[in-house]
Amino acid sequence: MSKEHDKGMSVIVKTITRLTVGLIMLYGIYILSHGHVSPGGGFAGGVIIALSFVHLMLAYGKEAALKKFPKSATSFFESTGAIMFLSIALLGFTGGYFFLNFISKGEPFKLFSAGIIPLCNIAISLKVGAGLFAIFIALVLLRFESENKE
Amino acid sequence: MIIYLLCLVLFCEGIYCILRKRNIIKIIIGIIIAEYAVNLFFILVAYRKGGRAPIFSPDAQITNMVDALPQALVLTSIVIGLATTALLIAIAMRIYEKYGTFDITKIKELKG
Amino acid sequence: MIELYILLTIMIIGAIIAIEVKDLLSSVVAVGAVGLVLSIVFLILKAPDVAITQLVVEILCLIILIQATLKKDLPFSTSGRWFFNTVITVSFMALLLIVAVKCFNDLPAFGYPIMRVAGEYLKEGLTATGATNIVSAVILDYRAYDTLGEATILFTAVIGVLAIVRRVGRKPKGKNIKDEDSF
Repeated sequence: MSKEHDKGMSVIVKTITRLTVGLIMLYGIYILSHGHVSPGGGFAGGVIIALSFVHLMLAYGKEAALKKFPKSATSFFESTGAIMFLSIALLGFTGGYFFLNFISKGEPFKLFSAGIIPLCNIAISLKVGAGLFAIFIALVLLRFESENKE
Repeated sequence: MIIYLLCLVLFCEGIYCILRKRNIIKIIIGIIIAEYAVNLFFILVAYRKGGRAPIFSPDAQITNMVDALPQALVLTSIVIGLATTALLIAIAMRIYEKYGTFDITKIKELKG
Repeated sequence: MIELYILLTIMIIGAIIAIEVKDLLSSVVAVGAVGLVLSIVFLILKAPDVAITQLVVEILCLIILIQATLKKDLPFSTSGRWFFNTVITVSFMALLLIVAVKCFNDLPAFGYPIMRVAGEYLKEGLTATGATNIVSAVILDYRAYDTLGEATILFTAVIGVLAIVRRVGRKPKGKNIKDEDSF
């Protein structure tokens, strides 16, 4: 079980992964950025972006995937998402109260409308995506001592 | 009303699995099924006959939409369910590493 | 409306399969099927945001579950007092269902919600926030505190998992532990 995680899967899986993993991430960014116009939002977009990295790790083994997205980067992105969300909330104090929607709301159905909602979506997706990827790495890379003894 | 009872039957199955099974992974599966049933109940309460999804469209006049508030609550609840499941699985893997089994009747040592 | 009843029955049968099957991998696959049918039910009930989130979250949950269950260990069925325990549990479930029938008469009928709060959100949502997706407007403008709480819960879960799994600061047990850098 630990050996399979080091080397990855067969050639067919690796080829298909190389073709589709960029499309999965692009789809996640699309759902995230159009969160205020069509269904989706920050949570679904963040989970899809995390799933694209998980796909890469399952197909190629942990060494190749961790080169693309090292462990220190996950904690950096998660903290960045949390700080960004909190600072957007605290900036609402300039207008009146906590979480006030202070940026101007444009016309509906455009991409740059609805005040702070797109920025909050980006912050939430960073936090959710990086957090779930960190959970997955921690659970997959847990090396059992009983497995090492065999 | 029958549909609410079917949803409650799903919840009861989850509770039965938590109470009566001995394998830790089965208990976790019971918790997951109970969470699905609770989320389904919220969305069932929010349905409106002949309603539409709560999203405006630029070319039509929308008059009746389904209830949008429980959908927002369930969105948060689904992600929280994932977080608790991940934590439960981490604890289960640690238990397997220490005791060598998933059986809960064999994990009875309370070292004082 | 008949399709809702059929899909709910499929979910109940799938849950029974997931509970009773002895092989752990099969029961995890059955739970995945229940989650997929639940996502389709959310679509029929006109909730597309929730359906997308349920689908992708359930996929991630399945991947983590399969990672945990690929160990070969499954106990045999319990011995002694098995019949007595099952009878008590089933009678408890029956009592719960009987009480629930009385309680569900107080709920509004299926398909006619009261919508006292959400009526205001749907009337004023587009002009007050500028977002056309009302559910996004609710979770990020009207009820943004709940989203802050949920972000905190995710953060706590990540810290908890990393605290359970890490290797720094534990007693070494000989030369068998692989040298792994810590988080």
